[in-house]
Order: sequence, then structure tokens, then C-alpha cells
Amino acid sequence: MKVLVAVKRVVDYNVKVRVKADQTGVETANVKMSMNPFDEIAVEEALRMQEAGAVSETVTVSLGVQQCQETIRTALAMGMDRGIHVLTDEELQPLAVAKLLAALVERENPEMVILGKQAIDDDSNQTGQMLAGLLGWPQGTFASEITFADGRTAVTREVDGGLETVSLTLPAVVTTDLRLNEPRYASLPNIMKAKKKPIDQVSVEDLGVDASPRLVTLKVEDPPARQGGGKVADVAELVEKLKNEAGVI
Amino acid sequence: MAVLIIADHADGVVNAAMLNVVTAAAGLGGEIDMLVAGENCSAAAAEAAKISGVTKVLHADDAAYGHLLAENVAPLAVGLAANYSHVMLPATTMGKNLAPRVAALLDVAQISDIVEIVSDDTFVRPIYAGNAMATVQSKDAIKVITVRGTAFAAVDAAGGSASVETVDATPDAGLSSFVGQELTKSERPELTAARVIVSGGRGMQSSENFALVEAIADRLGAAVGASRAAVDAGYRPNDYQVGQTGKVVAPELYIAVGISGAIQHLAGMKDSKVIVAINKDEEAPMFQIADYGLVADLFNVLPELADELDKQDIKPR
Repeated sequence: MKVLVAVKRVVDYNVKVRVKADQTGVETANVKMSMNPFDEIAVEEALRMQEAGAVSETVTVSLGVQQCQETIRTALAMGMDRGIHVLTDEELQPLAVAKLLAALVERENPEMVILGKQAIDDDSNQTGQMLAGLLGWPQGTFASEITFADGRTAVTREVDGGLETVSLTLPAVVTTDLRLNEPRYASLPNIMKAKKKPIDQVSVEDLGVDASPRLVTLKVEDPPARQGGGKVADVAELVEKLKNEAGVI
Repeated sequence: MAVLIIADHADGVVNAAMLNVVTAAAGLGGEIDMLVAGENCSAAAAEAAKISGVTKVLHADDAAYGHLLAENVAPLAVGLAANYSHVMLPATTMGKNLAPRVAALLDVAQISDIVEIVSDDTFVRPIYAGNAMATVQSKDAIKVITVRGTAFAAVDAAGGSASVETVDATPDAGLSSFVGQELTKSERPELTAARVIVSGGRGMQSSENFALVEAIADRLGAAVGASRAAVDAGYRPNDYQVGQTGKVVAPELYIAVGISGAIQHLAGMKDSKVIVAINKDEEAPMFQIADYGLVADLFNVLPELADELDKQDIKPR
């Protein structure tokens, strides 16, 4: 069984993002970029499936500018077998990414596609569900456990009230939540090995997809600032203030 | 203009977030219909019909819709969506699971987690864990939207008198089935609906020490939350997590105990009306947004706070 894992290049989660002065977006020039943390979990899960013998080939794909190859190399260094890079300098929104991934699925015929549940830049939480819808496949979103039995997969999902398990036919799309696993670090020998692993580059046109954006970002602003910094000396003062000043207890 | 809201519900009860979604829909003007799809869900449909502001409830009852499996509910929603300008869902795990599948089948973009409606095609939504706010305009004929409940007031759950119309079921897609669920049992209010929340962070140091947080929560009728660090350390299950990767909350009072205030946690609670921070590290970023900060050891403060609340005879509201 072949697994395809989609990875996104995003502003590193440790970076404090700054809104551009002209309100067109956030500053990404000279900012550290890395793999979306939820996608690292997706890569790790594919590798564990391969190590357990359930998966024979692991393919990773990233879509976007030339530097996405660095993100693909990271996945290859973690242990993925090969990479695909869909090169474009245009903005890709979740629906376009889902359509491009659907076109790649037609070429690659994986039995499972694993993605992070959301990217930490646009926080959309859409691509996996959209891909499943376009392919007519079942979807196991926000996964905290994935098992295989009798030609199906059982996915335990993190839902509002706790956990829910669904049984899905294969092929299927799965999106990862935090507690699915803890991603490994790439070892130095594996980083060296990854440099020789193949990355196939294709264009949006090659895949015959209309990837034009449907949403126009009119402006990006700082969130309203909160006035804080007040202090109390002790518990008695805290309770007094909550009771009489704020009136919340 | 007309809005189709897809209801999140379970065990005959409509999710409280639907009351906020109706407020958001009302901001657009026009008729508001609510689809209640499920298995034996007539009680939920009847409850939906009472929600103030709802014009019509579309009731689709079929075994295939049990537990709102996206594979089966999406085709039903897509069939109905042609009559509407907007399709709205709550940004609950149910809404987040279903909405993008509906949008993709309609070949339209989705606008996730909106916090403000600017016009019928323009919306404000947080990006980068709430560190920036984007105003986006949709060019699609049908707008599929998930709504952040805490950003909109709740309408009255009673007082409405919508008609209930039965909708023919679409076939089971045969792709997925529900196996089971393990819901966290709690005597306390749900995090997203609580008036008061007491949250513990890595500073709690152990699962057992959360009893100190619970003692305060009991006295205030509060929900108990946790930071991602506390969840990662295994002190509390994931569904206690407050933050961008957990639940986004906006209670009247949020008490953060031993939580330093990572960006992703702040994004999940900074809209709370009053914030209290208790931490022995006075450099903790949480103090910068707190209305009342107390720099002290939580292991001294929490028992003292419990005593003081008793002394002042403070009871849950």
C-alpha cells in the first residue's frame, strides 16, 4: 500500500508574526520557515505505518514556491521515500490545493493520503476534507489513532466531547491531530541520504487544474490590543476586586 | 438572500453554539433555515424550531445521518444549498469536519472561523493563531462559512416558532460507519459554554495537583481547562485544552494558573472579559494581558483562594 503525505511550508511556529505596514499580509521576508507542525505528525505516522509493514511506499508532496523543496527534503530526511513538488509562485488556497492533490492522486494511486488537520499560517482546516470530497473518499479528520483491519481503516478522532472512532473504506483521507504521535528528528546520516532521494517537479498546468484564488484578502490587521498588566498584592485583594470591581463572582 | 444553517446536535439536544450561529446569520439579513440531519433526531428538530430567528427547520431523519458522518450528510447539504446564498456551520469539530466537504462538492471556497461580518460577501477571520486578522471577500455564488461561536452573542433558545419540513434522505455513501465514542464525563459545564473557567498549566506539575484547580472551579461553578503544555505533559486529556489547537473560549472570568501564556494559548482565551493570572514568574507573558495578576506560588495561592471564597461566602452563579 502506498501513502501520500502533503506538507506545507509555513512561518515557523516560534516566530512572532508581524503584520505588514501596508496591510497586505504578514511579513514573510527573512523569516524562518519550516514544515507545518501538524504535517510533521502526518509524515511521522506514514513512516510508522511503513516500519510496521502496513505501507510499502511513502511519497511526500508540497505545493508552492521553489523553496518548498526544503520542506520536502525535511520529510525525506525524516524517512519518506520520494518527493513531488508542484511548483507555482501564485497564491494557493485550500480548494486549489485539494484539486491539485486530487490530480496527483489520479497519477500516484495511493490508498491513503495523510495531511495535517490545519496549517498554522491560514488556520483554515479545510484541505483534507475538500480532497476527500473531490475524490469521493471517506475522511478521518483530527486523528489520534489510525489502525488497519479487514481492508478498512479505523480512525479515532479528537472531537469536542472526547474521542470518536469511525471505520472507513480504503482508499481514505486522514488528517492528523496533536496526539497521534511525536514526530522524530532527522538524523545526520538521514539528512545526507535525503539529498540523493528523488524530487519530481510538476507545474499546475501539467496537472490541468484551475488553481486561481476564490477569496480576495482585502486587508490584514493587528488584532485589537488588550489592556492588561494590572496586579494585586494578595488573595484577599484578588477576591475583593473580582467581587466588587469586576463583579464577576 | 437566504442562509442555510447546518445544525450540530447530539442525543436530541442542539449544540449551544447554534444560538451564536443564528446571530451571525441574522447579521446578513434574509431568511434563516436550519437543517437538522440525524438518526431519530426529531427532538433536536423540535428544539431547533424554537430557536428565535429561525424561519424553517429542514428535518432529515435517516440511519445514514447518525453521528453526522460527513460522507453522508455532505451530499444532502449540497442538494439543498442551491436555494441559498450562504451555508453556515458552527466552528465545532462537527462543523470543521463537514463544511469543507460541502464547499468542495459545491466547488466554492470556504471561509473558516469568522468573527465578524462586514457585508454579505466580506468577513473577518483570525489567521496565525489570532496574531493577525484578515478581511476576506468571497467571489463565489454560495458562501460556505464556519462561525466562531464566542465572537457572536447567543439568540434566545426559546420564543421561535419555525415550521418543520421533512426532507427526503439521500442514500448512504457506504464509505464510513460509526464505531464508538468515549466522551469525557464531567459534572462541570462545557468549556465553550462556561461563564467561568479555571485553567492549569505546566506549573501544576502533576495530574494530581489539578485537584487544587478543581477546588476553585467547584466554588465558582467553573469549567476546568488546561494549556497545551499541561495536556502534552499528560496532566489533563486533550479535550481540556484551551488555545488555537484546542478550544477557543471567551468566558466572563478566566483564571490562568501556572500558565506562562504561549501565543497559541493566548489566542484561545484573550477575548475573555476578565482575566486573572497566577504565576510565580513575574515575566510570564500572561501577566501582560491579565486584568488581575498575582505573582505568587500557586501551591500557596490556590488553597488560600479556596478559603477566602468560602469566607466571603461566594457561590456559583
